[in-house]
Amino acid sequence: MTATALRGEVALRHISKTFTLNGQPLPVLRNLSLDIRGGESLAIVGPSGCGKTTLLRLLAGLERADGGQVLIDGRPVQGVGTERAVIYQEPRLLPWLTVLENVAFGLEVRGVPRSLARDRARRYIRLVGLSDFEGAWPRQLSGGMAQRVGIARALTVQPEILLLDEPLGALDAMTKLTMQEELERIWREENVTMILVTHDLEEAIFLADRVLVLSRDPGTVPRLIEVDMPRPRDRSEAGFVEMRRLLMAEFGLH
Amino acid sequence: MAIQTLDTPRTRPDPARALRDGAGRFLSRWGLVIGFVVLWQVASTLGWVSPAVFPPLDRIAVALWDGIASGALLDDIAISLQRAGTAFVAAVVLGIPLGLLMGQLPAIERALDPLLQLFRQTSALALYPVFILLLGLGETSKVFVIFWATLFPILLATIGGVKEVDRKLIEMARSYGATHLQVFRRVILPASVPAIFVGLRLSATTALLLLIAAEMIGANKGVGFQVMNAQYNFQIPLMFAAIFLLAFLGLAANAVLVALQRRLCRWSVTDR
Ligand SMILES: Nc1ncnc2c1ncn2[C@@H]1O[C@H](COP(=O)(O)OP(=O)(O)OP(=O)(O)O)[C@@H](O)[C@H]1O
Ligand SMILES: [Mg+2]
Repeated sequence: MTATALRGEVALRHISKTFTLNGQPLPVLRNLSLDIRGGESLAIVGPSGCGKTTLLRLLAGLERADGGQVLIDGRPVQGVGTERAVIYQEPRLLPWLTVLENVAFGLEVRGVPRSLARDRARRYIRLVGLSDFEGAWPRQLSGGMAQRVGIARALTVQPEILLLDEPLGALDAMTKLTMQEELERIWREENVTMILVTHDLEEAIFLADRVLVLSRDPGTVPRLIEVDMPRPRDRSEAGFVEMRRLLMAEFGLH
Repeated sequence: MAIQTLDTPRTRPDPARALRDGAGRFLSRWGLVIGFVVLWQVASTLGWVSPAVFPPLDRIAVALWDGIASGALLDDIAISLQRAGTAFVAAVVLGIPLGLLMGQLPAIERALDPLLQLFRQTSALALYPVFILLLGLGETSKVFVIFWATLFPILLATIGGVKEVDRKLIEMARSYGATHLQVFRRVILPASVPAIFVGLRLSATTALLLLIAAEMIGANKGVGFQVMNAQYNFQIPLMFAAIFLLAFLGLAANAVLVALQRRLCRWSVTDR
């Protein structure tokens, strides 16, 4: 990473979020503060229902915090913004658009002329290795291919911040490993801040500079673990295995 | 050895087999129709059924041809198509936009739903006398009763289609900064098209159904009138000719809608 000030800086300031469930208040996030550097790769892990998706949706501007502020490059988040793009667990492709049209969708709704949008879309379709499928309908793609289209769509708008909610969760083990390497490469090449929610500890260690560990009880202070290893990382290396042991211990596992 | 046999690709297509497959498919699709036609013809000619009530098909065909060649039936078809077409187009023009709107405004939909359900459950035919009282026995009441009956399938299907749109897709579009109008045009509208077509096809069938009923009361033209009139005058072959004509109109309307749907929904067409 370069030493120049990167954009895509995120600051969480005393974020709180409480849902109402069956008339009962359900606190999910309490007084969470965190600084994410521009161009950093942060993974968020934690047990199911601890608020990972909620946190990501707050960052995306799809949900509002009850208290506190989210700052992006120093400006408070008001809603969805063009400097952020979300990759969901499901590809969320529009079935009536071809792969090319889907990938260009984000730019087109932002008023970029069609031909320009499609040129840029082609570049990212190539990046995710789907050039031969530009004209295909989503129903003709495999799960992994569809997810790569979703990733290309997010990259095409060239966001400063990429928000990923278990993007590889639905993929088979082999595709998952390949996609992790692709994400790592994309992250390096695109100089983008990556915030990745995942259930997979190895994925977190493979991709992240730091891992945020949330616990189910919002009262517990979240832990932040630095992954200080050279890239690209080797899953069988001693440091990696040690890191994995450390993270497992965070969840009381061995 | 066995593996080798399995691996050997069949290079030469077997024409006899292809022919057999084709014939099988044709028979499974049309066999019953052909059987029905043959049975009718044989039963009528041999007198198993009274030829006065079920005339042989060749006489029906002749009656149909005479009616078309003389232009008499063509006039009936024209007026019938005009009645059903006007009503159908009016129902589409009102029903689809209204349904698109109502599907997106839950408050309005909730308020209007009981009324809609009540109207839908009230047979349009039962209301026909009311429409005649209000609009007279002329064209207006005929078109209106068809319009009334065709409106609800379109309206309800459109509302249903809009409500069924995947919220996750809407959220995706919104997260890319799509405006309300863009979300509507690029997500809600295309997603609703298949459901709208279900309503359109149902409505087209209903339109023909109501057309006949309306033309049987106080009309002196139209295919439905011809059915009644021919029966009254004991021109049974002509009566059946008109009935077959109606069936054909229904099939044609459906085929047009299916073709249109194929064109608009290429993305959802299964490769067959
Ligand atoms: N719209 C909502 N209304 C009420 N409660 C909600 C809502 N969204 C989330 N919650 C609750 O907030 C809690 C956190 O949900 P969230 O989706 O953030 O969990 P998560 O950490 O992403 O879980 P998972 O790993 O299973 O995806 C859950 O208990 C959930 O029931
Ligand atoms: Mg989640």
